Amino acid sequence: MRQPDFRTPAVGTTSIELEARLLRLWETSPGLKGFLTSVDHKQIGIRYIVTAFIFLALGGVEALIMRLQLAGPNLTLLTPAEYDQLFSTHGMTMIFLYAAPVLSGFSNYLWPLLLGSRDMAFPRLNALSYWIYLASGLFLYAGFVTGNGPNDGWFNYVPYASRDFNPGLNEDFYSLGMVFLGISTTVGAANFIVTAFRTRAPGMSINRLPIMVWGTLTASVANVIVVPAVSLAFFMLWMDRQFGTQFFDPAGGGQPLLWQHLFWIFGHPWVYAIVLPAMGMVSDGLPVFCRRPLVGYSLVALSTVATMILGFGVWVHHMFATGLPGLGLSFFSGASIVIVLPSAVAVFAWIATIRLGRPVITTAFLFFSSMILLFVIGGVSGFMTASVPVDWQLTDTYFVVAHLHYVLIGINVFPVVGATYFWFPKMTGRMLNEQLGRWNFWTMFLGFNLAFLPMHLTGLLGMPRRVYTYNDYGGWHALNLITSIGAFVFAIGVLLLFVNVLRSLRNGAVAGKNPWDAPTLEWSVSSPPPPYNFAVIPTLASRHPLWEDRLGNEGIVSNMDRGMLLDEGKETIATTALDAAPDMVLEMPEDSFAPVLLTLGLAVLFVGLLLKVWLAVGLGAAIAALALLAWFWPRSELRERTPAHG
Amino acid sequence: MKSSPLDYLNNAAGPRAQSILPLTWFTLGISIVVCVIIAILLWFAVRRARQQDRLVEMRSIPVERGGNGIRWISIGLIISAVPLAATLVWTMLTLAAIAGPPAHPGLILDVTARQWWWEVQYNGLQPTDVFATANEIHIPVGVPVLVRLHGGDVIHSFWVPKLSGKTDVIPGQTNLSWMQADSPGRYLGQCSEFCGFQHAHMQFDVVAEPQADFDKWQALQREPAPPPVSPEQTRGLALVEYRCGLCHRVRGTAAGAISAPDLTHLMSRRSLAAGTLLNNSGNLVGWIQNPQNIKPGSQMPNQYLSAQQLSDALAYLESLK
Repeated sequence: MRQPDFRTPAVGTTSIELEARLLRLWETSPGLKGFLTSVDHKQIGIRYIVTAFIFLALGGVEALIMRLQLAGPNLTLLTPAEYDQLFSTHGMTMIFLYAAPVLSGFSNYLWPLLLGSRDMAFPRLNALSYWIYLASGLFLYAGFVTGNGPNDGWFNYVPYASRDFNPGLNEDFYSLGMVFLGISTTVGAANFIVTAFRTRAPGMSINRLPIMVWGTLTASVANVIVVPAVSLAFFMLWMDRQFGTQFFDPAGGGQPLLWQHLFWIFGHPWVYAIVLPAMGMVSDGLPVFCRRPLVGYSLVALSTVATMILGFGVWVHHMFATGLPGLGLSFFSGASIVIVLPSAVAVFAWIATIRLGRPVITTAFLFFSSMILLFVIGGVSGFMTASVPVDWQLTDTYFVVAHLHYVLIGINVFPVVGATYFWFPKMTGRMLNEQLGRWNFWTMFLGFNLAFLPMHLTGLLGMPRRVYTYNDYGGWHALNLITSIGAFVFAIGVLLLFVNVLRSLRNGAVAGKNPWDAPTLEWSVSSPPPPYNFAVIPTLASRHPLWEDRLGNEGIVSNMDRGMLLDEGKETIATTALDAAPDMVLEMPEDSFAPVLLTLGLAVLFVGLLLKVWLAVGLGAAIAALALLAWFWPRSELRERTPAHG
Repeated sequence: MKSSPLDYLNNAAGPRAQSILPLTWFTLGISIVVCVIIAILLWFAVRRARQQDRLVEMRSIPVERGGNGIRWISIGLIISAVPLAATLVWTMLTLAAIAGPPAHPGLILDVTARQWWWEVQYNGLQPTDVFATANEIHIPVGVPVLVRLHGGDVIHSFWVPKLSGKTDVIPGQTNLSWMQADSPGRYLGQCSEFCGFQHAHMQFDVVAEPQADFDKWQALQREPAPPPVSPEQTRGLALVEYRCGLCHRVRGTAAGAISAPDLTHLMSRRSLAAGTLLNNSGNLVGWIQNPQNIKPGSQMPNQYLSAQQLSDALAYLESLK
């Protein structure tokens, strides 16, 4: 035990003076300086969400242009080169720059509020993860707008991605951009893991975590394990392209299939990483509108983890046609079929929650509950591709395009939009318009199904994926036209969301602390929450602190009014990993230029690598080193102290 | 709605695709039934909900636990497990039946996939029996055919929906596929792994015909190109040797390169440019002069021949029956 800083935090109740004192300690300074230096998880979270929605809009526009090209057979709106860049950039944007970051945004914003903490465990790392996400997104899009966007799909198979067949800068932008983005994902995931285990309010034992925290935690553990595989793969590809290494070149003893293994051992767990947190949003949000706790909390939490564990053993189902031996295929086929079961747990838990509750229809409820059906449709089509012989026919046809859009739009976009309706009041203090919300929902829901339900049939009738044009074989034209129309209707729905957000920011009804009468901690603070989140650290006694009076558990009382003050500096409490017993006072860092400076240095470095300007590489490395030096410069006020227990 | 030649849902023409067909329908049927059941459950659950058009006073609705929710989950899981187990078993049985190549294939072909066409090589006992053609595979009916797949440049995928599922063609390894057609006909094949600009236009035909017809076809294909019989054709041959021979081969002439489709019996094939155009005089002229307009990014450069040269070349090429 470290004796010198031994200290017992004072306990008290909230007061005006306390709040003023905390505000001075926690507030980000105004203006540009504050913007560049802030480590406030709420600001970072909102930036993440806004940036991700901008990328969603960009990816959506790319999709619409493609749907114009495919609206009829043999159209010539796009050249093959343009089409290839569009579909690759669309995939890259939606999967890497929208789907994962938007969830990171919600988790960043919500976690400390859900967990009863004043910030994430590593606030500066949090800022770094956002800045690198932004910088790598701009880097990747710099390629696209200069005509050097990725052109080999998001999956980027070699040898087509190698220099012999793809001599432009396209694949260099993509490779380096993905390595760059991988830094953001990795540090973000590490931050989530430590935050989930160490900075929960006292009493929030591991069996009281909201399911969204389970989802993001599970996804983060997966990311830490699998992102290195893809970063390595892209780095090896760049080495192959620029320095003549031969990792993937069969002429030099390399293996094209090595790329596919490295990519999919990342890629499939990644799919779960971008749906599990969103499923968590549904598990946490849906019960509020059903006026009852989630059915089968423990089963749902365990099924989240089980999905991920099984998810590590299914990547070869992307490679059933690559000529691997039958025994190996059988194993991955079996795992891919079995993974249906943990998903089924969540589906039946949600339906039972609605059935056994008193559901109230709001826009958020519509998005959450309709997601259940979309999830099932995306799930069963996935189950079909799990059967190897069936997959030999289905794979690389539009059936798979339909499947993956039901998964990504159904299980990511719908919950995220629902979550926007649900948590927007918390983030802004204003409600989104429910009337417009209904239009928003029905346009999106009908447009989406109009676009993608017939697409299953397009695939079953044999239309291959990733073709820039097609002949009108039996019914293809009509089906594609319907899909194009549906895509535009869906886009109008998404536009209505943006309209609603912009209008409600100024004119929305004032929300108050807890407009939905929801049970979890974030609804116990004002909307929007103060920079320090909680004036006193709450103490948890159950999973539903704000419903305790009504759930009738005698003697179980969480305490949100009296708790540790921790007002002597920028402090929050660290607790033990499982039981959340108080363990340590955490000294939190001030706002800092180091993260944005480090990002700038890395950006210069990556641009230098791209153009092979070694001077820029050196300069970028020097800036990054300086930023790290400033970051890690020892400061006595950040020394951690252990509190007395109790 | 006329059936698509790539449709794999409605019928199959050989044992390999036929054994997949019922499994596809089985899994599709289960999938549809599951979606319908879930939709009904969801509908009955949501039906009781109260509409809240204005901002809800949610606080007025009581909150309570109740009901045996766990039973929903356990019953749901048990019911789900049954079709899953059935699918798993059926999948393994089908896989065992059709994955491996046939022990005694009646014909062994070497297919090389290139950007963006298919080279098909027929083997024989004599070196003179070996010949190559492009984008059109002839097979005898009722005979299992082993296809050895060689990667010529990037990854492609060999797929004849009516006869056989996909097998990727990967540089550096030789993958095996097999197929058998039970009735004569022309079955469309399509590259099904993204391979660059003209992935869309990378098709081939599989022509299944009775053994006697196949033998006749094979005998003809083994012949070198017929000699020119008119002055036009003679000039055309010279032009073809000089211009086309840098990439193409016409057996029996000085045009001997193999980086593009073999033209020895060009006119016996249904299509040009891997299914892009029907093979007729007009399309052939268009393709020779301006392939970059018809198939942008193709390896075939525009030719800019004079009218005289074009008609000579056409006269010769059309003699390659």
